[in-house]
Amino acid sequence: MGETITFWVLAVVSVSAALGLVLSRRAVYCALMLGVVMLSLAVLYAVQDAPFLAAVQIVVYTGAVMMLFLFVLMLVGVDSSDSLVETIKGQRFWAIVAGAGFAVLLGLAVGNAVLSPPAGLLGATQTAGGNVPALAQLIFTRHVFAFEVASALLITAALAAMVLTHRERLTEKPTQRALARARFLTGGSVVLPGPGVYARHNANDMPALLPDGSVSELSVNRVIARHDVEDERFPDDPKLAEAIKQAVEEESK
Amino acid sequence: MNLMLAPVPAGPSLADFGKDPLWISIIKAVFIFVFLLLSVMFGVWMERKLISRMQNRYGPNRAGKFGLLQSVADAVKMGLKEDLLPRTVDKVLYTVAPIILVVPAFMAFSIIPFGPMVSMFGVETPLQLTDLPVAVLFVLAMASIGVYGIVLMGWSSRSPYAVLGGLRSSAQVVSYEIAMGLSFVGVFLFAGTLSTSEIVAAQADGGTWEIAGLSIPLPSWYVVLLIPSFLIYAITMLGETNRVPFDLPEGEGELVGGYQTEYSSSLKFALIQMGEYVNVFTVSAVSITLFFGGWRAPWPISMWDGANVGWWPMLWFFIKLVLVFSCFIWVRASLPRIRYDQLMAFGWKVLIPLNLAWIMLVATVRAFRVEDANRGVIFTLAAIVLIGCFGIWFRFDTVLQRRRENRAAEVEAEFEQLRDEPEAGGFPVPPLDLPHYHGADRKEVPSGSN
Repeated sequence: MGETITFWVLAVVSVSAALGLVLSRRAVYCALMLGVVMLSLAVLYAVQDAPFLAAVQIVVYTGAVMMLFLFVLMLVGVDSSDSLVETIKGQRFWAIVAGAGFAVLLGLAVGNAVLSPPAGLLGATQTAGGNVPALAQLIFTRHVFAFEVASALLITAALAAMVLTHRERLTEKPTQRALARARFLTGGSVVLPGPGVYARHNANDMPALLPDGSVSELSVNRVIARHDVEDERFPDDPKLAEAIKQAVEEESK
Repeated sequence: MNLMLAPVPAGPSLADFGKDPLWISIIKAVFIFVFLLLSVMFGVWMERKLISRMQNRYGPNRAGKFGLLQSVADAVKMGLKEDLLPRTVDKVLYTVAPIILVVPAFMAFSIIPFGPMVSMFGVETPLQLTDLPVAVLFVLAMASIGVYGIVLMGWSSRSPYAVLGGLRSSAQVVSYEIAMGLSFVGVFLFAGTLSTSEIVAAQADGGTWEIAGLSIPLPSWYVVLLIPSFLIYAITMLGETNRVPFDLPEGEGELVGGYQTEYSSSLKFALIQMGEYVNVFTVSAVSITLFFGGWRAPWPISMWDGANVGWWPMLWFFIKLVLVFSCFIWVRASLPRIRYDQLMAFGWKVLIPLNLAWIMLVATVRAFRVEDANRGVIFTLAAIVLIGCFGIWFRFDTVLQRRRENRAAEVEAEFEQLRDEPEAGGFPVPPLDLPHYHGADRKEVPSGSN
């Protein structure tokens, strides 16, 4: 009873999501619709006493594969839409042939399931003591070779993708230390003033500049200025010299 | 009286589930919902209060006693604020995304065991909404659906900060989920099941290890038995929930608010916050279930016969939950945020390989403990693997050593050269004739002379 209700509800959801997948023009919506179809499949598995398959379906397909699709689509751009130019010659004809072939296969599979008596899961799972142990037993005994071969294939593919896209670094990446050394060796100055500051130096004895390039008297260092006045050693810049005198005068008032 | 091995009452197992009448299930579901809502409010208050005490300040203390009503006030404010909808966002996904984040977070809590069998209105029922043969995988599955919420929030906001936050978050969560799933494997190997109630039952009694005629009692909590698994899980649960030090998806310094930048402080923002906190509670509850004995009382309390029956275990569970959550806050108060490439490198190059090696070790130990195991084969295989590992380590160690020595010699040669040519700048110190207005021959102004 519950299974039937779930099936009919999910049938509507997944078929409309599948239609949306085909008909939607926005790539991200297509990907999301595919995600809905996968989730409906997972629930159907769960209802049909295959909890492990359901969980794996969500973790692997919805969680990892679809997320990868979505990732790529999001990087491609927000408003990019599909190009509708047909690049393969006779694309439509072969698509129809393939579609018809798939329909025949689907019909045969459904017919097989409907006409032959159901074997049921109970016999398979009860001997091993549950759904998960039964699957584990099959994977690690009877199908262990196929399983390992498949994983070797996947690892090879992943390695191949990494090797093909790998770019060898010709020179070593400069470290922070190397960069600092290079800066000092080329005679560059110490740390420059932060952005948005008119000053060209951040030394204690260099006053700040106003937007028009004149010296800001407020920023003249009074301690150093007093020594300058006592020693009568003024910089060449007349404006700066004036500012230093004024600073000392103001302080002595 | 035997202190270590008090009589252990059997907890519920998978067979006890699926027998509840509908109204019991509804009561449990509503309880979990209300519990999580209250936990979020209390959690926000506790986090702000605790972290402010750690930073030597008071934290919220205006609304209610100890500021306890602060979260209520915040929630009311969020409910009453205008719900802004930026003009360029993708309206459907912008609205749906916070819901996609929240719903799986709540669903994941349905398989968390709160306690043993109790009598609820005359019905014998376990204190857990439901259990599955694949319950722990269900948590992972819900987490991977929750990521969609974050990604879609970022994408539908149509703002660079939000998109970058969403992308970062999805990459981070997907990577750390692998390490997280692998850290469960040790627990599965020891418990022999994926169902949460049975994992808790398996931690009731550590059993003994018969070795050379001696029987050594094993600790019952997997946090002791499988400490590498637990440490890796503890790291991944910070990464999985985007918490400090892995909160790069919302790193304020570079991404404003990350994926939630465009969500003003309205109900949608409240949903996002709620989803994040519920995720934290979920991973905490999973850590308790898998590593800290679930609802079972810790040792001194467990000597009392009534500690693990009836409604008491719920209290132990809550205490453990509060303690684990406090650790999240403690980490947040102590650690700085790490860089994104460090995060990814740590996940893929450290956590996953370490985890795989540890699983090999655990599997070998388990294989020894199988009754009719062929020990000779296991010994031979283990020896081959060990020798291979040592060979690889030795080879790479010498290569790395040679590389390190070459590098050191290079640096030494460079210093030699610098020492010989002072005009090249010598050691990297600032030059003395910087363009100050005094020039280099100016006498020093001694300190304290004004």
